[in-house]
Amino acid sequence: MKKEIYIIEENYPLTASVYKMVLRGDTSAITRPGQFVDIKLAGFFLRRPISVCDAREGRLTLIYKVVGDGTRAMSALKAGTELDLLTGLGNGYDLDKSGDAPVLIGGGVGIPPLYKLARELCARGCHVKVVLGFNTAAEIFLASEFRELGAEVYVTTADGSSGISGFVTDALKTLDYTYFYACGPEAMFRAIEKIARTSGQYSFEERMGCGFGACMGCSCQTKYGSKRICKDGPVLTREEIIW
Amino acid sequence: MVRDTSTKLCGIRLDNPVIPASGTFGYGQEFAALYDINCLGAFSFKGTTLEARFGNPTPRIAETPAGMINAVGLQNPGVDHVTEYELPQLKQVYNKKIMANISGFSLEEYVEVTRRLAGQEQIGWFEVNISCPNVHGGGMAFGTTARGAAEVTAAVKKAADKPVIMKLSPNVTDIAAIARACEEAGADGISLINTLLGMRIDLRSRKPVIANTMGGFSGHAVLPVALRMVYQVYEAVKIPVVGMGGVTNADEVIEMMLAGACAVEIGAANLVDPYACRDVIAALPQAMEKYGIKSLQEIIGGAH
Repeated sequence: MKKEIYIIEENYPLTASVYKMVLRGDTSAITRPGQFVDIKLAGFFLRRPISVCDAREGRLTLIYKVVGDGTRAMSALKAGTELDLLTGLGNGYDLDKSGDAPVLIGGGVGIPPLYKLARELCARGCHVKVVLGFNTAAEIFLASEFRELGAEVYVTTADGSSGISGFVTDALKTLDYTYFYACGPEAMFRAIEKIARTSGQYSFEERMGCGFGACMGCSCQTKYGSKRICKDGPVLTREEIIW
Repeated sequence: MVRDTSTKLCGIRLDNPVIPASGTFGYGQEFAALYDINCLGAFSFKGTTLEARFGNPTPRIAETPAGMINAVGLQNPGVDHVTEYELPQLKQVYNKKIMANISGFSLEEYVEVTRRLAGQEQIGWFEVNISCPNVHGGGMAFGTTARGAAEVTAAVKKAADKPVIMKLSPNVTDIAAIARACEEAGADGISLINTLLGMRIDLRSRKPVIANTMGGFSGHAVLPVALRMVYQVYEAVKIPVVGMGGVTNADEVIEMMLAGACAVEIGAANLVDPYACRDVIAALPQAMEKYGIKSLQEIIGGAH
């Protein structure tokens, strides 16, 4: 973990409620896809944990959804603004388990951390499949960026307005894969759990206090004992989760 | 001019008055990975009970204006894990005295936890939590009556081989009476305040944000309440008072000492900025200079 001051380069909407923020600063503490940063915002006591969409060479990309007062304030920040970040938080995904044809499954605002994961898996020569679930066509983001990485992309929409009609599991059940990585709402995880044919990793969300393992605010019970989502997670393996 | 930041707590010298508060600093390791925690005056480890506890369901955390609510519920690995694992680990990174924060659900449990920690040379003080608002049948149940507080004090004192500091709840009508009851039962010091009982409600779900409905309110917003109670307790007892509640910077450390604290714990601020204690300690000499303070010990209770 590092505490660093970043400068916002860009901050703009991708859809009605999803924003992309690009920041410049020291990204050296971010070592794995699936890690997150914790952002101090003026006027708010607790930091905001946001997953890392991509980080390389001093450039950090975050894609976040406006869901409350904190993220609304974030969305109004202008280029040039300095932000105080804790970086390199959480364990991140374990890429070594992927096999040669992993599938990445993202639901809504759970999609962003899969981008860095897909980029690194593609760089390793994996044949990467990506399933992206949205409610409706107007909410789609990042699909073309995943295609540019060379990933095989399947988009699903719950209302059938684009791609495969239905949920991520409607695409997943038709695919062959060696391993899975998932990020999204827990309801999506439970649906995946019913049909997944391999081992895999899920990235969880929880309300956090500190974000670095001190306060025990985000603990969960696993088959291997209690874990802190912020420090021992947010990524847990399929085998250890108690549903 | 050299500014003397040292202070004394129950006969033990501290290089400075800053002590990370229990529950915001774990057993030190997360912070030792970031900076040399030997810069601290001391530190109070995570509230420890006889058996390991998972604590409350999540969500355990809610934000408030200038503060937060937590309902962790005394999650800890149990006292035997602390003596066998945490204390030896801590020895690798920290060579000052530790404040052993303990809790229990019965008089017998308080005594047994104390007994199992007795004889540990790393421990400088026992800080006895009779004020946790997040567990039922223990914690705050003892700390909200003078009689209950006195009973725990007397019982722990019998088993303790180090000074016993009773950590009080602000969720009472007469904090001075409870502090006096602890003193009369043999307490060596008082620390306060634990968190204020509070809650938040989610407007979309129309339900409490915290799974346990209520939780302990802390953070910058509670500073005036904490100052007032430290001030009251300082007038009520002769034993040392450790002040805490909302302290975030060096000026507020001084303010807490003027209210009567001989040492100052910093809690929620550590969760927002992991370097908070280190930075407050570094800023103390400059703040002392600003207010014409040569020695912090000279200003304890100075506002009375």
